[in-house]
Amino acid sequence: MPVDTKAVGKQYPPVDYEVGLEKIREYADAVGEGSPVHRDREAAKAAGFRDVVAPPMFTVVYSSPALRPAVLDPEVGMDYGAMVHGGQEFVWGEPVCAGDVITTSSRVAGIYEKDGKGFYVFESTSVNDADDEVVRGTWTNIVRGV
Amino acid sequence: MADLNQGDAIPELRVTPDKYLPHRYAGASGDFNPIHIDNDFARMVGLPRNILHGLYSMAQVARAQTDAAGGDPRTLRRLKVQFRGMGVPEEEIVVTGTVRERDGNTIVIDTEAFQAGNGIVRNAEAEIRLR
Repeated sequence: MPVDTKAVGKQYPPVDYEVGLEKIREYADAVGEGSPVHRDREAAKAAGFRDVVAPPMFTVVYSSPALRPAVLDPEVGMDYGAMVHGGQEFVWGEPVCAGDVITTSSRVAGIYEKDGKGFYVFESTSVNDADDEVVRGTWTNIVRGV
Repeated sequence: MADLNQGDAIPELRVTPDKYLPHRYAGASGDFNPIHIDNDFARMVGLPRNILHGLYSMAQVARAQTDAAGGDPRTLRRLKVQFRGMGVPEEEIVVTGTVRERDGNTIVIDTEAFQAGNGIVRNAEAEIRLR
């Protein structure tokens, strides 16, 4: 059964996420980011940040909720149970600090078939309160045997 | 800080995620997919055991780049990865990388993560900007 491409280009409503200091600490602990700029307000300010700063990959915490409606959209038709996360790209802009409200928009960038596998590519764009871009994400999911 | 000219290797990052790491990462990231936190469920769907989150492994690749650049999180500008194989807890992860090209303070690094010789993050490309 060929993949259905009618959802390509579809956009989803933006999702807000308010970044908490303890969430940054929890994330930094889980992934082993040891720098005090991810934990201590004074250390972060001394390094030139507004507040405790998130590690770059913390981007998954605030941007994933905006992707959920896209990956579960029946019009996209991705078999979630048979899906594997095939690839990921992030391009970072301004740093994200505790207290920031990050707004993430997502869209279906591509749906195609290759070697009997379905490729579902989503893009996300996240901006901070000042409307500065903090990250752009490209999320590639692969479903075998489409 | 390491030398980061064309052909130079970045310092290896080695980390062994313990048995409960996927649970802590699930809580920290919000991804509670049972293949990461439930051994029985993982086996039922044909996996050898519960597996690491790919984005946790990618975070180790990210950390290797910022460590090589002196530790400032602002140095990492871009990271593109492919997930291959499956990462598992209680097995050492080794992240390696080699500088592909350097233009002033902007450096492109080819990088990968392995567990016991199996690639778990492959064909990754990082761009860092020294400050």
